[in-house]
Amino acid sequence: MQRRKRKAGPVLLMLPMAAWTVLFVGAALAYILILSFCQRAPDGFGVVYRFTLENYAKLANPIYEQVLWKSLALAFQTTLLCLLIGYPFGYMMARAKKGWRGALLLLVVVPFWTNALVRIYGWQILLMNDGPVNKALIALGLAKHPLKLLNTYGAVLLGMVYGLLPFMILSVYSAVERMDWALVEAGRDMGARPWQVFCTVTLPLTAQGVMAGVVLTFVPSMALFFISDLLGGGNYMLVGNLVYNQLLKARDWPFAAAISVALMALTSLILWAYRRMGGKAGNFVMF
Amino acid sequence: MKKRLRIRLSPVYLTLVLSLMYLPILVVAVYSFNANTSRFTFAFTGFSLRNYQDLFRDTKGLLSALRSSLMLAGISCGISLVIGTMGAVAMSMRKFRGQGMLENMALLPIMIPEIILGMAFLAVFTAVGLKFGMMTLVLAHVTFCIPYIFMMVKGRLMGMDPALTEAARDLGASPGRAFWDITLPLILPAVLSGTLLAFAMSMDDFVISYFVNGAASTTLPLKVYSSVKTGVSLQVNALCTLMIGVIALAVALVGVIRAIAARRFRKKND
Repeated sequence: MQRRKRKAGPVLLMLPMAAWTVLFVGAALAYILILSFCQRAPDGFGVVYRFTLENYAKLANPIYEQVLWKSLALAFQTTLLCLLIGYPFGYMMARAKKGWRGALLLLVVVPFWTNALVRIYGWQILLMNDGPVNKALIALGLAKHPLKLLNTYGAVLLGMVYGLLPFMILSVYSAVERMDWALVEAGRDMGARPWQVFCTVTLPLTAQGVMAGVVLTFVPSMALFFISDLLGGGNYMLVGNLVYNQLLKARDWPFAAAISVALMALTSLILWAYRRMGGKAGNFVMF
Repeated sequence: MKKRLRIRLSPVYLTLVLSLMYLPILVVAVYSFNANTSRFTFAFTGFSLRNYQDLFRDTKGLLSALRSSLMLAGISCGISLVIGTMGAVAMSMRKFRGQGMLENMALLPIMIPEIILGMAFLAVFTAVGLKFGMMTLVLAHVTFCIPYIFMMVKGRLMGMDPALTEAARDLGASPGRAFWDITLPLILPAVLSGTLLAFAMSMDDFVISYFVNGAASTTLPLKVYSSVKTGVSLQVNALCTLMIGVIALAVALVGVIRAIAARRFRKKND
């Protein structure tokens, strides 16, 4: 390709996006970083721009530290369950006949074009004391009286897995679909058992998709505060809920900023690890 | 024998997981016909269309929230469509200094947990004294809509043969003409799918909107959240059932059109 003359055209085209990004992403996040080192105004409202490390020291407070660990535990469990359910699903989807594949893909994606809140609301109805699940359990004789299903940890976990599963399914699906099946056949021809072939060929070849799926489920699961709000009845405080409370209820903005910075650091660490392991941003399947 | 087992097992598993995915949506739809008017219990007391009638009378403001959500998504997508496409095209034309960093930064809004961006916007808009309302909502939504459109268009441009535009230029077309006649038609599908995706994300966004909405402005997800949190609100079910119906219809329509187009294409090639 010939080297083009440098003209003003591309620069002008680039300018709006560059300006918008620098202003609304770069500057906004930088402001949070600054805010996290500021003091809270003595009257409780507003911020005093004076340097302090107090907000980060506060993070080490056992109450808040516990919230962080619990969030991480929930995120970890969510990701693991998504992987256990989503991997076979994505795999089978990619192995389905060609005509079926498109239909299955559509079936996975369509629910997620409807509002996330509404789907969680649907679970809320299902899990109520006089809801369909309890009625079914009693009718089947599996329970004598309505079980408390809503406002439990299990309900929050269910909501999380439900909300994030498609990311895992689609990531695995695209990895399995791109895979070279000749390698699996070669393994089989050499006399390896299906299970061996799966562990030594299929799994490493689809690792990229699994990694993308893990990132796409783990990162958001730490901050989806409305799920624990609606299905956990406010009993389960996550990092997301903590930021939300500090911002809008306690109105301690510098502390909320410090939590956000910590969350951001953790996210960056995960993304960095993902890159180090050879992951590409292009593997993130969006829909 | 192994092969047969797989074939028998996978439809069962796929159907099971898919039905669990659709179960809550089905429940929302079924309960939209519930005649029960209690705010505290969902007990199904009988079939009625009352919730739909109330919805269309807009007694709870759900329809106006839908209207402002549509407006917000429309405006935000319009703006980000132009900005994101221009950015992607510019990057395909030449390499910029700091391009990698800019790209990473531009994609951040869809990589980091939404709550961080929500908090950042709340703090920044307060600091500069912006009035919270439609304006702040649009600014926030454009920020996370740009990356979807940018990524889609950029992906398409990378797969495009640069010889096409070069040929047009060699034949004497101006850069603008070459873009309009060659590049644009080729990237149009990506522009459209990116915009559609951004539109869906904007309509669906709850977390970021929650932090930047004003007292007078409310979007549909915000309204749904406040209705659902304070007790039973079957109008929400009615509205969502209608919306799901529209989406399903649109998907079916696209499917049919595609099938017809594919058949025509095959016939032509035979």
